[in-house]
Amino acid sequence: MTPTLQFFLIVSAALFCIGLLAALSRRHAIFILIGIEMMLAAAGLNFIAFWRFGPRPAPPTGVMVTIFAIAIAAAEAAVGLALVIAVYRHYRTTNVDQLDHLKG
Amino acid sequence: MSSVAFIVIAILTLAAALAAATLPKLIHAALCFALSFVGVAAFYFLLGAEFVGLVQIFVYVGAVAVLIVFTILLTRHDVEKDHGFNWSGVAVTLAVFAGLIWAVLKSGNLAPTAAPVAPLTVKQIGELLMTDYVWPLQCVGVLLTAALIGALVLVLEEKR
Repeated sequence: MTPTLQFFLIVSAALFCIGLLAALSRRHAIFILIGIEMMLAAAGLNFIAFWRFGPRPAPPTGVMVTIFAIAIAAAEAAVGLALVIAVYRHYRTTNVDQLDHLKG
Repeated sequence: MSSVAFIVIAILTLAAALAAATLPKLIHAALCFALSFVGVAAFYFLLGAEFVGLVQIFVYVGAVAVLIVFTILLTRHDVEKDHGFNWSGVAVTLAVFAGLIWAVLKSGNLAPTAAPVAPLTVKQIGELLMTDYVWPLQCVGVLLTAALIGALVLVLEEKR
């Protein structure tokens, strides 16, 4: 038995949900960034799986979209981590619950 | 495509991801994060997208994981305190997971088996990037430059 498309979709859904768990449950800003990266990786896995199981000959759109998504995720990680450092300098904390100065 | 490799990679990826999401110590979580992304790259290799797998390893395990570890070291004083866990997030996550699994299982057998695929070579990808995808490529270049400058500006010492 070889794995079908649905197995990959289920693994990808599980990875997405673990990322969502990290982004929603943890109070540390770096954990939230890690969760967002996991969700982006799950989306990339879906693109590659649909490209692989799609009709032949397939245009390599899935591969190209995944490459661009990885590049954009890297830019997002760099800016996000710079923001974490900047926030830490100001408030001496990375707990997102304590960053409520803009709360009405 | 062997099912044994699929099961092994799936267990490795999901276990490492779960550890990264739940371990109390940040540095352990960052290492598990890198491990889970090695697993995702292995999935890309299994699916025949070798170049994307290599890019995944270079960018995530090589660059982003190191960046995360550096950020953890720079914000060290805060690391030891466990910031607690929000249990309502677990409920939302389980609901989303149930919805996704329901949608995947309900959609029927989309593609029963993968057709034999001609490997996508790096040469083909390079030609596509220079022809059909040249505009997205330029835009990503501008975006990366802007992100790099923005990150530098954010972490520069403020003048008092």
